[in-house]
Amino acid sequence: MFELLGVPPQALFGQVLLGLINGSFYAILSLGLAVIFGLLNIINFAHGAQYMMGAFVAWMCLNYLGVNYWAALLLAPIVVGATGIVIERVFLARIAKYDHLYGLLLTFGLALIIQGLFRNYYGSSGLPYGIPPQLTGGHNLGFMFLPTYRGWVVVASLVICLATWFMIEKTKLGAYLRAATENPTLTQAFGINVPLLVTLTYGFGVALAAFAGVLAAPIYAVNPNMGADLIIVVFAVVVIGGMGSIMGAIVTGFSLGLIEGLTKVFYPEASSTVIFIIMVLVLLVKPAGLFGRTA
Amino acid sequence: MNLKTLLAATALGALMAAPALAQQISVKAGVLNDRSGIYADLSGEGSVIAARLAVEDFKAAEKGIKVEIVSADHQNKPDVGSTITRQWYDQDGVDLILDVPTSSVALAVSQITKDKNKILINSGAGTSDLTGKACSPNTVHWTYDTYALAQGTGGAMVKAGGDSWFFLTADYAFGHSLERDTSAVVTKAGGKVVGAVRTPFPGTDFSSFLLQAQASKAKVIGLANAGGDLTNSVKQASEFGITQGGQKLAGLLTFASDVHALGLQAAQGLVLTESFYWDRDDGTRAFSERFAKLNGGKKPTMVQAGVYSGLLHYLKAVEAAKSKDSAVVMAKMKEMPTDDPLFGKGSIRVNGRKMHSMYLYEVKKPSESKGPWDYYKQIAVLSGEEAFQPLAETGCPLVK
Amino acid sequence: MTDLASSDTPTAAAVAETDDSAARLHRNLFIAIAVLLVVAPFVAYPVFVMKVLCFALFALAFNLLLGYGGLLSFGHAAYFGMASYVSAYTAKNWGLTPELAILLGTAVAALLGLVFGALAIRRQGIYFAMITLALAQMAFFFSLQTPRFTGGEDGIQAVPRGKLLGMISLADDRALYWLVAAIFMGGLLLIYRIIHSPFGQVCKAIRDNEPRAISLGYRASQYKLAVFVLSAGLAGLAGATKAIVFQLASLTDVYWTMSGEVVLMTLVGGLGTVFGPIVGAAVIVAMQNYLAGLGSWVLVVQGVIFVACVLLFREGIVGVIAKWIKKPL
Repeated sequence: MFELLGVPPQALFGQVLLGLINGSFYAILSLGLAVIFGLLNIINFAHGAQYMMGAFVAWMCLNYLGVNYWAALLLAPIVVGATGIVIERVFLARIAKYDHLYGLLLTFGLALIIQGLFRNYYGSSGLPYGIPPQLTGGHNLGFMFLPTYRGWVVVASLVICLATWFMIEKTKLGAYLRAATENPTLTQAFGINVPLLVTLTYGFGVALAAFAGVLAAPIYAVNPNMGADLIIVVFAVVVIGGMGSIMGAIVTGFSLGLIEGLTKVFYPEASSTVIFIIMVLVLLVKPAGLFGRTA
Repeated sequence: MNLKTLLAATALGALMAAPALAQQISVKAGVLNDRSGIYADLSGEGSVIAARLAVEDFKAAEKGIKVEIVSADHQNKPDVGSTITRQWYDQDGVDLILDVPTSSVALAVSQITKDKNKILINSGAGTSDLTGKACSPNTVHWTYDTYALAQGTGGAMVKAGGDSWFFLTADYAFGHSLERDTSAVVTKAGGKVVGAVRTPFPGTDFSSFLLQAQASKAKVIGLANAGGDLTNSVKQASEFGITQGGQKLAGLLTFASDVHALGLQAAQGLVLTESFYWDRDDGTRAFSERFAKLNGGKKPTMVQAGVYSGLLHYLKAVEAAKSKDSAVVMAKMKEMPTDDPLFGKGSIRVNGRKMHSMYLYEVKKPSESKGPWDYYKQIAVLSGEEAFQPLAETGCPLVK
Repeated sequence: MTDLASSDTPTAAAVAETDDSAARLHRNLFIAIAVLLVVAPFVAYPVFVMKVLCFALFALAFNLLLGYGGLLSFGHAAYFGMASYVSAYTAKNWGLTPELAILLGTAVAALLGLVFGALAIRRQGIYFAMITLALAQMAFFFSLQTPRFTGGEDGIQAVPRGKLLGMISLADDRALYWLVAAIFMGGLLLIYRIIHSPFGQVCKAIRDNEPRAISLGYRASQYKLAVFVLSAGLAGLAGATKAIVFQLASLTDVYWTMSGEVVLMTLVGGLGTVFGPIVGAAVIVAMQNYLAGLGSWVLVVQGVIFVACVLLFREGIVGVIAKWIKKPL
């Protein structure tokens, strides 16, 4: 049996697959960020906190209302998305005309508030959330044991990503959205309610984050910090893909998950830094990211 | 004499006795810990509650000792912790500091405490350096340290047949020292370490590392990590069927609050070492019940219990010494045996190490648990002498 | 980024009119600051004041880059943190006197700024911010992976304060305070001088309209790099001093949240104002210190202040005052 740099190929397959699964989370999260950035020109620092809210709402659904995972998968994005809409109306709309930096700082402040509140009520060490009974267990793929739930994560995130891409690139609503991104004043002049579109877009981006949160709840620790650790990485993904590029976010999300997975085998200590090295390299070669258009 | 008159008599006695003391001693204790970050649940406000209970149980007021408790959040940042410490000592007249989780902050606070000649009773931090090469005549390390955790989990697991180990180590000094200490114990007990992987800190997905651990065929997977890293790795180990596959998980730094956060479904079978568990005997149960009432139903962790026990012993020493001079009190603390319902009988060594038994626990299956917070079954007990580092090996300059 | 920091650039006519009175006002302000510095240790707790001064210098350095260079760095923790490691390490292990340790830390930070800056200034806006963040993450990774040098997450502890010039002991807080105050005042005067020099004027021109500055014959990228290095070096000066004050250097100083904190300080105080960052740093450090008793509500309070700042006074505290009195501060 041959080995690649001392790692048997079976193990390598397993690691690649796991990398893709982690990439699914990066993809959904960076997709939400990219959608928001595309239209609102805001870097949503609260994205991590909203992802965390998704997981917590799933927990609340189960423990307060007895609502199971599947319903939570639908319910949590709606609830968290609604809070996003409120945030957009109350805060973001007011600062839309100022520099990007203010949007980033405002959402950073919101993230602190959200995390702080959750920590006060639920503590810092987290809450238990089990895998839904339909998806427990796993399959032996020969080269590794794949838990059923992980398979579901990849499928669900691929479907969501492609559906979002399709909606933005191929439907009429998406066309309005792209038009409003390109030239809001002109789009408004054509009788399209741009402010409403902006609000809904933010709500949708936030809902995506919450969806990722629910997906994550059964396998990652559900605690108020869960998003804060992730947000910086997701930023890097969006930047590498090209800010605002939908396809860029999806493709980069999955591929960086993969690269990170491989790093975990060969140089595990660096696996959280490798993304930043790639980011610097990409930006030096392609200033607007892999899929971004240079302004 | 009926009960009422007895009470009245004691009260009167106490009133008379109080002014009879030469002078009233007033002590100010500062509880410095993480109140907003990852260690907030295992220390945090709970430690303040524990300190208040200690004052209450000591009946300080009747003994002519006035105790004031202040608290602050060091946010796990050494510079924030060190500013607060200096301010407490220089300006606010704080006499001793309690708790201080997070090794980097604890080492900084210990250093300042030595410079300012005050007292630190550390309960929250794990680094065995506090009583080793960075030991101080002004610091007592109360509840646990990495060495004792390694002895408990490492040594006892090998005895129980878990003789091959693979480590998942958080890639920072604390993780490394947990791994190093445990490896030493495992090898000494006749086991072997088949591999280790360093995981970036903090991490979210550990499945990749867990698969490497699984492939190693080691009987025990040692988790040299804490907080969110620990929760994530245990949760994912259960997802990947690692425990069902016959490998045992050993948490090298796991607290009751972590198990509470994981839930028994995910945490079952995890083996860990603690110096205190609320359900050990009547004494711990009685205390924990009082504590939980004040702490939103949450039972105390060993860190919080350590704050109680440490402050209680300090107050006894002040009473015995009739002074709060740091050197005098510290000498008394080390001279007097320690005794309280939570940790039983013990002592304090010259390097500041508090000696008591450590317990090896296994997390129950959901079916074995009788209710909320019924989490552990006891596997083994290590005496203080077995658990803690022999004095000669500590490298502490105070040991002659 | 042009509308970020235009409060200090009134029209040409207005400049001519207010220049004199502004200069007089600034001179008075400097005197006021000097007086405050002398009085402060007798009124407030010296260690706390020193912490404020270190962070104020850090924020001033950051503001030099953002407010006057128009470059938003999200990785200033790298210079602050690496300098604090260098100064702590050399003071402890090489036995350098504090002033040498601080100077060495500053030099290393400036050198690091030269390397990182040369890479980063090729890009603009948010991409510039992201590159600086990425490079800072690598500095963090380096610190984490070299525990022999940095002490891992325990940090470098028990750094001796030493003797200034080998003669004056700094063990006493008051003695150390005068050194820190002098460093702070020196840094502030230097930054003020840079901003109002021809070099600073060119930087502002590049910030406001880069193509025009280039067409006027200025090599924009050289100016940007120069201001980047200056800013990194001064941030390093702050970090190196802090290591001596607290006698420790730790990972907190290189972590990305530190980069965020300095943005916050500058914003609260007033972006692109000379004195804003000082006020901002004082407010944030005081908050961290005095809200420490609030426990987990600290985060919420900080978040609310953040949001309020962005919604209500984007110009920051000093920026708002400058608007009232219609003079640049």
